[in-house]
Amino acid sequence: MNNKDDLVIRVAGESGDGSTATGEMLAQAAARSGLQVFTFRTTPAEIRGGPVMFQVRASNAPVRSQGDAVDVLFAFNQEAWDLHHADLVAPGVLLYDPENVTPPEHFSGIAYPVPIGRIAQQAGSRRGKNVVALAVAAALFGLGRSKLEDVVRARLGKKAALLEANLAALHAGMAYAQGLAKLDPLWLEASSEHERLVLTGNQAIVAGALHAGVRFFAGYPITPASDIMEGMAAILPEIGGAFLQAEDEIASAMACVGASFGGAKSMTATSGPGLALMSEAIGYASMTELPLVVVDAQRGGPSTGLPTKMEQSDLNLALYGGHGDSPRIVLAPGSVAECFHLTVWGFNLAETYQSPVIILSDYSLSFRTETVAPFDLAKYPVIDRQTPAAPLQPGRYQRYYVNGSYVSPMALPGMTSGQYTATGLEHDAFGHPDYSSARHVEMSEKRWRKLEPLRHSHDYVRRFGAERARVGLLCWGTTAGPCRGALFLAAQQGLPLALLQVQMLAPLPVDAIRAFVESVELVLVPELNYQGQFARLVQAELGIRVASFTQYTGMPFTRHAILHRVHELLGIDAPVEAPGSAVARA
Amino acid sequence: MAAETIPLAAVVRTPADYRSELKPIWCPGCGDFAVLAAIQQALAALQVDPKDLAVVSGIGCSSRLPAFLNAYGLHTVHGRALPTATGLKLARPELTVLAVGGDGDFFSIGLGHLPHAVRRDVNLTCIVMDNEIYGLTKGQTSPTSPMGHVTKSTPHGNRAAPLHPLMIAIASGATFVARGFSGQPRQLAELIRDGIAHPGFSFIHAMSPCVTFNDTYKLYKEQVYSLPADHDPRDTQAAIRYALESERLPLGLIYHAPRAGQAAAPAPQPFDTTRYLERYRA
Repeated sequence: MNNKDDLVIRVAGESGDGSTATGEMLAQAAARSGLQVFTFRTTPAEIRGGPVMFQVRASNAPVRSQGDAVDVLFAFNQEAWDLHHADLVAPGVLLYDPENVTPPEHFSGIAYPVPIGRIAQQAGSRRGKNVVALAVAAALFGLGRSKLEDVVRARLGKKAALLEANLAALHAGMAYAQGLAKLDPLWLEASSEHERLVLTGNQAIVAGALHAGVRFFAGYPITPASDIMEGMAAILPEIGGAFLQAEDEIASAMACVGASFGGAKSMTATSGPGLALMSEAIGYASMTELPLVVVDAQRGGPSTGLPTKMEQSDLNLALYGGHGDSPRIVLAPGSVAECFHLTVWGFNLAETYQSPVIILSDYSLSFRTETVAPFDLAKYPVIDRQTPAAPLQPGRYQRYYVNGSYVSPMALPGMTSGQYTATGLEHDAFGHPDYSSARHVEMSEKRWRKLEPLRHSHDYVRRFGAERARVGLLCWGTTAGPCRGALFLAAQQGLPLALLQVQMLAPLPVDAIRAFVESVELVLVPELNYQGQFARLVQAELGIRVASFTQYTGMPFTRHAILHRVHELLGIDAPVEAPGSAVARA
Repeated sequence: MAAETIPLAAVVRTPADYRSELKPIWCPGCGDFAVLAAIQQALAALQVDPKDLAVVSGIGCSSRLPAFLNAYGLHTVHGRALPTATGLKLARPELTVLAVGGDGDFFSIGLGHLPHAVRRDVNLTCIVMDNEIYGLTKGQTSPTSPMGHVTKSTPHGNRAAPLHPLMIAIASGATFVARGFSGQPRQLAELIRDGIAHPGFSFIHAMSPCVTFNDTYKLYKEQVYSLPADHDPRDTQAAIRYALESERLPLGLIYHAPRAGQAAAPAPQPFDTTRYLERYRA
């Protein structure tokens, strides 16, 4: 039997039929056994019905994208076969429920019939289809099969009767798999045990915010950000913080403004439609110099758009949303680990610079699970805002005193003689309204120049790949994953490629980007929106030309799509492996 | 607070102690001067320490009020005083928090926030200075302007019926609903004082004429009357009858549902990241 160190299993079916649960438990079991996992899912925007799929990619090596092609398809219904068989590698392995699926006669791969409903029924677990499917998949392909009971206990162990039925289903599934003749060579098991965390992007954002000291959260339900709100609702009251489910996104953002004025580290989380509503509040925080952290888990737009698909099309809104000259900081994590990292730093930057910070995540990152090494918390200092030294002289406190750093110590309610009024009107050092030209010049410069050090920072870019390369990929957000995969594939072909992942979009770290751009001949900017929003930003800020590569399918890039574009750019007629052919993997 | 360690003279505050160094920008005769004075009297009556006082407003002539008080002020964006004040009070429950502004702020652009602030019953005092006109933008009709009212934006007469602010508050479940009038500043100060002392959300409708674009002093003086001494503010039906009056304007505590004080929120505690992350261990 071949050991294969990279396996992609896609479980597909209908919303509510257990297929997603199968995928989730498979990922958990694989991660518990020591494998690295990366999951990807699509769901319909409606609550009941509609096709769903949950994909697990597992390896002993780091995995950074969802995988281009599918090794194993587990089809719960006919539609699952119809929608997904084209993504199977040739010849491919199919598991299917013969009660619902009839594979075509010309199917050249290896097919295993698995009557999951009947096996579950016979085991006395009417609702145990998902557990049967889990058992069969793990028995056939490895993947944390020693951890199945742990996972089922953790997930379904709350009620003894339910657990017993599910364990029966699990054992029935294993017994069924033992009766199958193994015809395919696919097998993947962990080569060693590692200490790892398994969590989603949204969970990492909640954890990062808590580590950074968040003590106030206000939000309004919206896909795909709602479970950030739910996580905060559960934990904040336990640690003396406050949580508010507000009446809309405007109220959410302004409640955070109020709490931040009071000294609490405050956060809200939303998606594009909510961020649009928060524009005025973000401008207010910019004008009054109040720390505020806003997470935007992007989905497809415009308007209600594609609520359960991914896109990187809120960049312009994050950068420019709001009237007037309103500076802000915009960060973009590219992985689950970076969700933690950049949320901690999002708070630190908000506090340091007394500025709104927008964190641009996306739908795929919100929900995907990854295995990550435990965070080295010693590397995550927590920074609090600067406050004026007591005692303050009555009537003398200057909230917006202009000093060398352009950041003025901020008095908090409760501080004697720190009383001032924050206003959205242009104001003088005391915060008193002042519309004079001289004051508007002075204060505009204060608000912008305080962020200037970040433009020259090298802390918010990550460079990967070859030191010397003709083509450099320049990307942001989760596109970094398939870009890194493309680097690996290119290296296997003997083609050196370089990559710069930009984690801070505003202020744009121009020095670091310029150094990268000057180290390559051609710059390719892959991103998931129609306009090429990031490419335009880079061109405008650096005065250079880049090749824009956009995709607007609601789906992430594949590594091959990016590599193919690189080949085109270089005029190389290289063999391009599409899904359906044997592919090397990273 | 260890009050016994502070000399008594230092803690006796007068209304003047709640003035800021800024002079109000309002037109001479504006009703908002009386509301500002009433707030200062109420604060002195309660001996609120200015360092523990936060006043949040939206946009409009009346929303400039926080800067004229010796307090931490938040002059926010149009209509959003209530959610901002809610966030501040939840984060800092020990502060005295007022949300102030006009009829445009609370009954038009920000009306959606009012029932939610009411039903949450967070301990805020909401003071609406209602002049039935948009003053800062120089005279357009407002949600409380009467039918037929001729303004710059209703040159042929206002065709929309005015809202009943007191009804909105009562219908949303408010536990303290009162109406005062700039022309009767003493009563207004008492209502604000009692509203601040009320341990939940208090709603104070302050009739406050705009002398420049909608001078209703004379009209209000003919319309207002104090609630009879035998009005029981706990009587919801009676409160609704008074709240619906439009020819005459009752002043005083319209509705009051006495409520127990809210439990003190626990103080923020340290957070153990390592322990929290245990739940995600593979």
